[in-house]
Amino acid sequence: MGEPQAYISGIGMSEVGVRLKRRPLLLTVDAIREALDDAGLVAGQIDGVATYPGKMPTYLGFSPVSSDDVIEALGLKTRWHLGAQEMTAQLGAIAAAAMAVKAGRARHVLCFRTVYEAGALADPDEYPPMHRKDVSGASQWTAPFYAISAANWVAQYATRHMARYGMTREQLSAIAINAHRNAALNPRAIVKEPLSADKYFAARMISTPFCLYDCDRFTDASTVIIVSAGDALDEITATPVRIAATAGSVERYSWDQAEWPGSYATGKALWEHSDYGPSDLDIAQLYDGFAFHPITWLEGLGICPIGEGHRFVEGGTRIALDGVLPMNTSGGQLGAGRLHGFGFAHESVVQMRGLGGDRQVSGNPSLAVATSGGGPMAAALLLARD
Amino acid sequence: MICRCGDCDRWLHPPQPICRHCWSENVSPQPASGRGRIDSFTINHQPWMPGLDVPFVIARVALEEDESIFLTTNIIGCAPTDVAVDDPVVVNFSEEDGIFFPLFERAG
Ligand SMILES: [Zn+2]
Repeated sequence: MGEPQAYISGIGMSEVGVRLKRRPLLLTVDAIREALDDAGLVAGQIDGVATYPGKMPTYLGFSPVSSDDVIEALGLKTRWHLGAQEMTAQLGAIAAAAMAVKAGRARHVLCFRTVYEAGALADPDEYPPMHRKDVSGASQWTAPFYAISAANWVAQYATRHMARYGMTREQLSAIAINAHRNAALNPRAIVKEPLSADKYFAARMISTPFCLYDCDRFTDASTVIIVSAGDALDEITATPVRIAATAGSVERYSWDQAEWPGSYATGKALWEHSDYGPSDLDIAQLYDGFAFHPITWLEGLGICPIGEGHRFVEGGTRIALDGVLPMNTSGGQLGAGRLHGFGFAHESVVQMRGLGGDRQVSGNPSLAVATSGGGPMAAALLLARD
Repeated sequence: MICRCGDCDRWLHPPQPICRHCWSENVSPQPASGRGRIDSFTINHQPWMPGLDVPFVIARVALEEDESIFLTTNIIGCAPTDVAVDDPVVVNFSEEDGIFFPLFERAG
């Protein structure tokens, strides 16, 4: 028998776009339908639901749909559900679902992440923007200095990497260029064309060292991952992918007090929960809300030493589709859209099933890492096709 | 003024009613030297809201008293491109509507 296992049994995605007219709940339903069809399941078999970060009434565009909304709208009969902001990071919802099915609390858990940040801007009456003036919690120590965007916070990690380890903008550009090249091969990506180095360096700066192409952009979409118990796989028609390990961490709740991004602690912990090591990886789907993030994940996961991530990506050959470690094969968030973490789990499964089409990595990849989190909070999944 | 523990003497930021190192509740705001070092910075070019003058420097300053305490702030008094990591800085309070904001400028 062995110990209980958890598998990704189905994946789904709604239309991905900018300022979509379709309501976020219905985008979520589109992704759920696709995931159920993919897994070969029907709604009556779903007995768990999980999402990150749960519905956020103060910032509806960021998270407009709750687990309760989905359970209510679709008439699901669940035994376990979750919608929580206070967890490791986006993929923590999938890690929690894996724990639930291993513990026997559910057999098939619908995990979703729905974003409507572009659509919300177009409809501020229905989706009010976050009140900048209401400065409370940790942001009261940063907002008065107009350090308003995550771009400002993450840019400072990147500046320090340049000063300490010699990272250059040329090396940083390899991430965005790789993302655009792969996105151009992904029919669902919001980016349709490759990015030249000339165009990258001509782009306007957002917050040094980040230019426009180093930042993901608001997207409307829903991504669904179904997590199933190992003893329920006879109900599944798709090729299952095992959740071989999960990890998560938080350094400091206040982004500006963290000495390191959470990717360092989470990356290290992931291997402590498995028999695999970084050299076993066939593909890497690394959170890229900003272009600097994958560099810290490469270092945190031990794919290269700390302080050498920028050299690993330099020139883009190692991380290309035909490189030693193909990275962000769907285009990541910089190319495919800001799916906010769940896109990396989705693409890992696509690749390990050999369904990547024009962007499919050769050699039947069978071990992938998917990560999420760009600040002090981080979560990672190690995914294996047995 | 920065929050400090009266038992283990460590500095604390953002302020809490309890010390994160020794769990003492004997914490209170104490005067700090106002000197520090630029741990990192970014030159913000994006006008995030109407009326925001760009570019300007956002920095995190490590306090001289305790290098693990960072203040997010702005560096004033020099061109943004003159700012560098590890520059020594000193506080320069800026008043707005009766509230004093701790901005920093390069020392020396
Ligand atoms: Zn203390």
